[in-house]
Amino acid sequence: MTEQHFHDPANVTNPEHAEHHIVTPRTYGIVFGTLLVFTGITVWAAFINLGILNPMIALAIACTKAVVVILFFMHVFFQSKLIKMTVAAGFFTFLILITMTLSDYISRAWGLW
Amino acid sequence: MDNATTVVAMQPPAAVDEHEHVSLPQHRHHFETEEQQREAGTFGMWLFLLTEIMFFGGLFFSYLLYRNWYNPAFVAASNQLSIPLGTANTAVLITSGFFMALAVWAAEMKKKSLLVLFLVLTTLFGVVFLGVKYFEYKEKWEKHHIPGEHFDISEFVNPPRDVKTGKLVEEPLPPDMAQKTQVFFSLYFAMTGMHALHMIIGVGLLLWLIPRSQRGDFTAGYVAPIENFALYWHFVDIVWIFLFPLLYLINRHPV
Repeated sequence: MTEQHFHDPANVTNPEHAEHHIVTPRTYGIVFGTLLVFTGITVWAAFINLGILNPMIALAIACTKAVVVILFFMHVFFQSKLIKMTVAAGFFTFLILITMTLSDYISRAWGLW
Repeated sequence: MDNATTVVAMQPPAAVDEHEHVSLPQHRHHFETEEQQREAGTFGMWLFLLTEIMFFGGLFFSYLLYRNWYNPAFVAASNQLSIPLGTANTAVLITSGFFMALAVWAAEMKKKSLLVLFLVLTTLFGVVFLGVKYFEYKEKWEKHHIPGEHFDISEFVNPPRDVKTGKLVEEPLPPDMAQKTQVFFSLYFAMTGMHALHMIIGVGLLLWLIPRSQRGDFTAGYVAPIENFALYWHFVDIVWIFLFPLLYLINRHPV
């Protein structure tokens, strides 16, 4: 059941004509390897005493891993601007919520902690 | 379907540079093109995942505050978790995500048997993860580290000595701080439990997608269900990518 039909190429609802990009197993393999290596690094780094830097390094590695997953496993790198903006806006909103709540939290009871 | 009439209605003027699209049975008439339908699906899936980010975000935020308040309790309680099991499980989950990514590729390349194989492998590694989680929970149950009436703080107040060196394995906590290890374990069970629930739902969906893949539903050009499920599965991976360092690796270095 195939049929042909036509559409207006100037269609404003889909101006980009984002082509469907097929990510290759090679890319997936590289991402897979990167994630495993970073998992090893984060465990190794946890056993070294770096004081305040320990949680920072752990979170930096986790963020790096998450970004790699989002961009390549979840294809965001190859998606249209609409999808990229949606994802970015979501994380931005989340950061705003955390930052505003934390700034309220740490600005209470000045000098008592 | 009244696709035929819709198509006629959408005929552009002849002057416009028109190009043809071959549409599949799954193409809904309210989308002009396959790409538009696909993008709308991806968009909707991401909106759902953003609500999930907000949901898990609340849990992560309470973790942040309580960790600040009861840091010694969080350190001692976190050191009860097994690094080898946690690390192995992280690798298992990443492997499962890798096979899910390959499943999307197989669907796009219309390789039916590979798609089924990759989905089965995704399920398998997902189930292994849940199995390891079961043994971790069982150990907490046996040590009375489930928050509540029967919670046992003795190990935190009187930490055992290392068999070889004779040194205390952990800083002893005063009883009131030792009680706060319950906060850590509450968050541990809430966060890993919610994560595990997402995985159980995911495995359920996989068990529904596998027979459909076997039937060839997703290897004839219609890959959206596989693609959107992959987004969900990878999202669950990302949650674990943050849970692992925050819960298992808080303070492992010798003081």
